[in-house]
Amino acid sequence: MTLAITAAEKYVAAAYGVVFLVVLVYVLIIGLKLGRLERELDELTGQVRERRDAEAERREEVPVG
Amino acid sequence: MGLRMRENPLAALAALSALLFATAIALIFFYVPTDADQGFSQRIFYIHVPVALTAYACFGWGAWKALRHLWKREPGADLESYVAIHQGVIFGSLTLLTGSLWAKISWGHWWLWSESQLVLFLVLFLFYGAYFMLRYSVEPGPARANMCAVYALFGVVLIPISFLAIRLANQLIHPVVFTLQGPQMAGSMFLTFCVSLAAMLTLAATLFHIEVAGKRIDARLRELRELLA
Repeated sequence: MTLAITAAEKYVAAAYGVVFLVVLVYVLIIGLKLGRLERELDELTGQVRERRDAEAERREEVPVG
Repeated sequence: MGLRMRENPLAALAALSALLFATAIALIFFYVPTDADQGFSQRIFYIHVPVALTAYACFGWGAWKALRHLWKREPGADLESYVAIHQGVIFGSLTLLTGSLWAKISWGHWWLWSESQLVLFLVLFLFYGAYFMLRYSVEPGPARANMCAVYALFGVVLIPISFLAIRLANQLIHPVVFTLQGPQMAGSMFLTFCVSLAAMLTLAATLFHIEVAGKRIDARLRELRELLA
C-alpha cells in the first residue's frame, strides 16, 4: 500500500517541520550552555573546597601558646 | 508535582506552552475545516502568522526593555533587551521560511519583491540582524548598552510600518485576514489561530526566561571566577 502525499501536504509538513526543528536546535543549544555552566560551577566549587581545606590545614599547623 | 509547578513559575510556563502546542496541533489537523479557497496549504497560516506576530512581540519587548534601560537605568534591562531581540531574529527567520513555503504553494513563487509586506519584514529582520554586529563590535560596558538600546528603539518604528504596509498598499496578493471589521474567517479558524498564537507566545516567553537565567548565571560565574583568581 502506498500513501499518496499531495504537494500541499508536503509544504504544510515542511512549514511545521522547520519550526519544530529550529525550536529543537534552540533548546539543544540552551541545554549545551546549561551543561557548560554546570561544569564551570563544579570546577569553581572544587576550587573553593580546595582553598577551604588548605586553609584548615594551615590553621592546624599554627603552634598554640 | 503541582507544588513544584507553583514554586517554579518557569516550569509552569513550559508546561502551559507544551499543553497549548498539543491543543493547537490537534485543532489544526483534526478540527479546523479545510479552507475552500486555498485548500490544505492554508493550514500554514496557523503557524506562519503566530510566528510572525511573536517576532513582532519579541522586537517590541526588546525595544521596551531598551527604553527601560535608557529611561530608568533598570538593572538587567540591557541583557533582557538583547535576549528578546535575539529571539525576535529567530522567530523572524522562521516567519521568512514558513512564509516562503506558503508563497511557493499558493502563488508559485518563493519570494516576491513587489510585495511591500514581505520586503518590509525582510528590512525589519535585517535591521535587527545588524544589531548583533553592533553589539559584538563594541567592548562590553555602559557605552555598548546605551548604543544597543538606542538602536533597538529605532528598529521598533519599523514594526507598525511593516504591520500596516499590507493595509496601505492596494496591489497585493498577500491575504488580509485581520481588518477593522474583525477577523475575516470562520469562528473555528479564529479559535485555532488564537490557541496557536497563545502557544507561540508562551513558548517565546519560556525560552526568553531560560535564556535570561542562563546568561545571568554565566555572568555571576565569571564574576566568581574573577574573585577566586
